[in-house]
Amino acid sequence: MSDEREVLDVLTTNARESTADIAAQTGLDEDAVEEAIASLERRGVVHGYQAVVDWDRAGTDRVRAIVELNVELDRETGYEEIADRIAKFPAVEALHLVSGDYDFAAEVAGDSMQDVSGFVSEQVAPIPEITQTVTHYVMETYKDGGVRFGDRDEDDRLSVSP
Amino acid sequence: MNLSDRVTDLPESGIRKFFELAEARDDVISLGVGEPDFSAPWAARTAAIDSLERGRTSYTSNRGIRELREAIADHHRRYDQAYDPGDEILVTTGASEAVDLALRALVDPGDVVAIHEPTYISYGPGVELAGGEPLSVPTRAADDFALTRERLAAAGAERADTLVLCYPNNPTGAVMTGEQLAAVAAFCREHDIQVIADEIYAALTYGRDHESIATQPDMRERTVVVNGFSKAYAMTGLRLGYALGPAEAIDAMNRIHQYTMLSAPTTAQYAALEGLRSCDSEVAEMVSEYDRRRRFVHSRFREMGLDCFEPRGAFYAFPDCGGDDERFAEELLESQGVAVVPGSVFGEGGEGHLRVSYATSMRELKRATDRIETFLTERRQTP
Amino acid sequence: MTDDFTDRIQRVEPSATLAISNLAAEKEAEGADIVDLSVGEPDFDTPENIVEAGTEALEAGHTGYTSSNGVPELKVAIAEKLRGDGIEAEADEVIVTPGAKQALYETVQTLVEDGDEVVLLDPAWVSYEAMVKLAGGDLQRVDLAPHDFQLEPALDALEDAVSDDTELLIVNSPSNPTGAVYSDAALEGVRDLAVDHDVTVVADEIYERITYGVEPTSLATLEGMADRTVTINGFSKAFSMTGWRLGYLHATEAFVSQAGKLHSHSVSCATNFVQRAGIEALANTDEAVVEMRDAFRDRRDLLVDLLADHGVDVAVPDGAFYMMLPVDEDDQAWCEAAIEQAHVACVPGSAFNAPGYARISYAASEQRLREAIERLADNDLL
Repeated sequence: MSDEREVLDVLTTNARESTADIAAQTGLDEDAVEEAIASLERRGVVHGYQAVVDWDRAGTDRVRAIVELNVELDRETGYEEIADRIAKFPAVEALHLVSGDYDFAAEVAGDSMQDVSGFVSEQVAPIPEITQTVTHYVMETYKDGGVRFGDRDEDDRLSVSP
Repeated sequence: MNLSDRVTDLPESGIRKFFELAEARDDVISLGVGEPDFSAPWAARTAAIDSLERGRTSYTSNRGIRELREAIADHHRRYDQAYDPGDEILVTTGASEAVDLALRALVDPGDVVAIHEPTYISYGPGVELAGGEPLSVPTRAADDFALTRERLAAAGAERADTLVLCYPNNPTGAVMTGEQLAAVAAFCREHDIQVIADEIYAALTYGRDHESIATQPDMRERTVVVNGFSKAYAMTGLRLGYALGPAEAIDAMNRIHQYTMLSAPTTAQYAALEGLRSCDSEVAEMVSEYDRRRRFVHSRFREMGLDCFEPRGAFYAFPDCGGDDERFAEELLESQGVAVVPGSVFGEGGEGHLRVSYATSMRELKRATDRIETFLTERRQTP
Repeated sequence: MTDDFTDRIQRVEPSATLAISNLAAEKEAEGADIVDLSVGEPDFDTPENIVEAGTEALEAGHTGYTSSNGVPELKVAIAEKLRGDGIEAEADEVIVTPGAKQALYETVQTLVEDGDEVVLLDPAWVSYEAMVKLAGGDLQRVDLAPHDFQLEPALDALEDAVSDDTELLIVNSPSNPTGAVYSDAALEGVRDLAVDHDVTVVADEIYERITYGVEPTSLATLEGMADRTVTINGFSKAFSMTGWRLGYLHATEAFVSQAGKLHSHSVSCATNFVQRAGIEALANTDEAVVEMRDAFRDRRDLLVDLLADHGVDVAVPDGAFYMMLPVDEDDQAWCEAAIEQAHVACVPGSAFNAPGYARISYAASEQRLREAIERLADNDLL
């Protein structure tokens, strides 16, 4: 495994690891870790570091939706350009071009359902190439960013065993 | 009641004392655990559930369900091992039953059984239960706890009938290279010693692949290999292991197994089958997680001045605590609430060392190593 | 490694039932429809509530080791069950094992040394002999066959067999292979001998929930027996949980602390999620157990009637799901003929040291039982 890949494995598990701890876990020295991270960031491999939040527990009103978007391309416009227009809205947290029945899957967040539906109908739907939108509100999140929500499994192992 | 000497003579395991000390406190971070902190892979668990719901709750054939034995045979090709699922594989209730059966099939009263130490605690008692005479062969930190020809000779192991070999090793985390195994194999051939090779940690090696002594020249016919699903597949509590060996040996073991166990737990057999079929990537993920922890623990020990050779297998580190290991472990538990197992529990050569299990989350490992560091600092200040 | 196996292995013969099951497998492979009356396990599914409990435990991730002697809640539940039977039991006097067989094995290993004398009541279940021989013990046997497999009329013979040299007596009631349930008077006779000669008794009560119209008594409840009895039981037969592998032993704390060492070295612990299913089995399965028992009783009655129609008298069993059918002197040949000609598989009585009989298991549907008797009759085997 390359050094960068090892660093990435640690960061994707816990992005808050200190350089020293990453060094200890990967067997690299601290300078090499700093360098690997700098390179990953510079080359756009790592775009940022975010917390994985269970918003239900955060006690804030926050609504998320997955929005299916169908588009019709014409000679001048490609997926890239449409994606660029949609992705610019801060309410859009993620945007993927997908295979299957529709073209784009967007994850949209807002303070309320009206907020989200207003955003979709007023900002997204009017884009001329978009022919149809279907909004699915998230009712409950069980796992996000690779992390299971809900109660943690308790460690019920015997404290000392052969 | 007049109990048999073979059982009353067995000493209480030294682990038990630490278990009780640790259980008596509720703020303990335990690095004393000999099993994975992961649960069995979900796919294996759903296969088990599925088998229950389909009513597969009867006994299986004594040797285990045929598909499982076939899957085990396939799996072992990765270690260059070829065993016939028909008569060279026996599925058991945990690897511990397989070791027990192998000892009962191979060890006659008075037979000498060489056991390299430090090692897993059940071999010696197993030998004694079979009426054999355990012969301790201490290994040394200087050899990275590998078994060498010299150590075998120094202990007088040429008179042994059987050798119990456990690599990757619990408690040291040591592994053996092909070259090192070749020397041990030569010794066994020269002195006509048969081998019980407990390779339960075979899948948990770091930086190099596991090699089995059974693949050394002319060793297959004199070796019973024991393995299982407990460690690699995080299935300790499902109790499923197996033995691989020449048909006569497996047949002899099965003769006891059919009367004392009948068959291994059916549900666990289906879980294991699914584990072999579809859980390679989960095992690989667990291995890389252990590897990160291994490097972390090893590097932290070095930082705090604890001498520790680099473990290459299982999920244990075995640092030198520079003195009385029992006292060190007791005081560490007492003052910092960190449980480790004193090395002397695992036999000769283990004294002065600690078994530190890193089958615990990185978060806990950080807290625990910080506390060990505090403990060491305080100890150094108060001579 | 070729010949270098231990003497103890040579002492244990390959199971005598093997020839029969091989022959049955051969016939089946040829396309024959074999009625298998040789099986030692119930033909019912494990009750749904137990399956659910097992499923939940797996989902919750109970896949790690448990305490070697068992999950505390299960040991408490077992002690409570035993107290319900009149045995003064505490949770720390229990070892939970992967199957009652393993409990027996550990018990025999803990009690029997080279040359120790062990008394068996014949016909005896095949594993007893093997376990005693594995431990190096010598066997004394008392034949119950002349007494319709009952113990009470054989007490004099038992008295002759038991002496101060006797280490252990194994009592299996209800019995495999005979289905006999020993009377209280018989058990009291056992008690008197055990106390007189300071003998330990293993009470294998694995079939205790399957009895018809009689209440089986646990040996350990008799005065003077609490300290000298090892009670063996399990979940396989009562709850139709054979493949789960769950059994237990109960004895004095002193015995348990010794046997526990052997247990931890040889199997570590019983399967975790299975132990959790066991808690549910003990708590909430009485109805299903009674249903299964009633079904077994109906089949027993049917078999006894069918055999009577053909002029065959059997000792009517009061428990388990077996009966001993008197056959030719050469029971092995009779059993082979039963498979060859009638396509019915049973176990020859000589496997249990009861030549001249075949063991019939009625863990099979009524339709199959009718078919079996018909076929045996058609081939002049009755």
